[in-house]
Amino acid sequence: MSGARDWRGLLFVAPFLSLYALILVFPLFRGMWLSLNRVDLFGDGHFVGAGNYVRLARDPVFSTSLLNTFVLTLMIVPVLSVVALMLALALNNAGRGAALMRGIFFSSAVLSVTIVTLIWRFVLAPDAGLLGELWKSLGWQPLAFLSDPHLVLPALALTTIWWSLGLPMLLFLAGLQQIPRDMYEAAALDNASRWRTFWRITVPALRRTIVLVVMLQTAAQLQIFGQAQLLTAGGPSGASRTAVLFLFETAFGRWELGYASAAAEILFLIILAVTLTQYWATGRAQGER
Amino acid sequence: MSASLERGRLTPLGWAGLVLGALIMIAPLAWTLLLSLKNNAELVGHSGAALHAPYTLENYAAIFGNSSTMRWLLNSAIVSLGTTAGVLVLASLAAYGFSRLEFPFRRTLFVIVLLGLAVPSQAVILPQHQLFAWLHLHNSYPGLILPGLVGPFGVFFMTTYMRGIPRELDEAAMLDGASRWTIFWKVILPLTVPAQSTLAVFTFLGTWNDYWWPLISATHSDMYTLTVGLAAAQMNYAQTSGLGYLMAQAVFASIPIFIVYIVFQKQIVSAMAGTAVR
Repeated sequence: MSGARDWRGLLFVAPFLSLYALILVFPLFRGMWLSLNRVDLFGDGHFVGAGNYVRLARDPVFSTSLLNTFVLTLMIVPVLSVVALMLALALNNAGRGAALMRGIFFSSAVLSVTIVTLIWRFVLAPDAGLLGELWKSLGWQPLAFLSDPHLVLPALALTTIWWSLGLPMLLFLAGLQQIPRDMYEAAALDNASRWRTFWRITVPALRRTIVLVVMLQTAAQLQIFGQAQLLTAGGPSGASRTAVLFLFETAFGRWELGYASAAAEILFLIILAVTLTQYWATGRAQGER
Repeated sequence: MSASLERGRLTPLGWAGLVLGALIMIAPLAWTLLLSLKNNAELVGHSGAALHAPYTLENYAAIFGNSSTMRWLLNSAIVSLGTTAGVLVLASLAAYGFSRLEFPFRRTLFVIVLLGLAVPSQAVILPQHQLFAWLHLHNSYPGLILPGLVGPFGVFFMTTYMRGIPRELDEAAMLDGASRWTIFWKVILPLTVPAQSTLAVFTFLGTWNDYWWPLISATHSDMYTLTVGLAAAQMNYAQTSGLGYLMAQAVFASIPIFIVYIVFQKQIVSAMAGTAVR
């Protein structure tokens, strides 16, 4: 009797698990298989082994897109983390008015990527943009942010930072509120300067939140897609093509599903490495406390 | 008095920085709003006109007369609400199973679900597209909703929450002769309402703003969600509608999400606090 009862528990998890198996687990393995095949439009293709990976390694378009992705991530994550931490510190001390300020700084985070690019297209555009108007009013020549190969990645980074600030800021605020107040009282008794208090008390206490924010943002920015696809379509001449945009163009522009799947697996491995680093670093941060 | 040691002591310089930052955050939004209030012809070649009167609501009137934007709004609402309802049902059932019941392979299955947290959508989206083509589900509501239901986060989140509910409650109900289902429905579920609402807000926001999947799955313009519709609109705005109208669409599309944000701010902030502490 108890055996029959045991199996009944499965009924509760079965609805989720069957969808999970069909729509997540199966595609995960199917993707690995596809990456080993040459697949066009809707056929099953034929097995090419590591052929797609060898081709990726030699494809300058792919390596440039990967490099662009890394450069963007390096531009975005440090600035985003530092600004979010500074904002959280300021808001934590702001008393009245903090809630309003918090709302303002979080507001952009609830927008979709298409609205964000719609807004920033007409901030950045030299002829119709806010920055263009600002530059002109100062008597300068407007900068062509989105069509200059040297300015396009910083412009995408700026857009992304503006969009993504809210979440890390809230995480840091929550982290700050966990720090016991008597730690600060002890520091005040020692007449420690604000700077010293920040480095000796705040930063060590926030270590886990810092790791969390940096890793979450790194994993998110390695998948940056909409900003590049919508604002520049990867241009000018590939200067802002990101890895996911490469994947999108290869799969849905040229319908090379096998080749695109190989690119997806490479990106998956990179993101997995970041995620595992986070687990490792969080474990360490906990161990040291 | 001691509470004010670190709180409420922002220096004037700190306030100045904060206000400047807030202005930088608001400026693009304000610019968008001003552009949306201008006559399209007036903006051609001279977007600086947005900074002074006359302003008009004609672009908004045009949106309400434009059936495609309203259709996209409806699609976004159906897909977001459908996904949210689906996630809540599936995650609650699975979480009850994982947190309270004994069945073969329970631990293994839970670990398999947790491993899914490490799978980014990029790793599965191409085969998902192929699968949905085989099933003839592209350009349909089930096609837009189903991939949103398999994210493991909801199951993980609800399981953690249910594990925190004292087992004495179940045991008392069991002594009264209640079935597993009754305990789930009458005892456990009512206690998870706070977690349900947090999960609902996040699922709704995430689905409403999702771009990748509807972009590749909804290829007929009458099945676009707002995100995809706005993407299409900005790609060829020059030929069609004009800057003011485009910006009015952006404002219009952000209103529902701002309403959700303002109403559910508490859930969002407390969920963040939970993440940071974990």
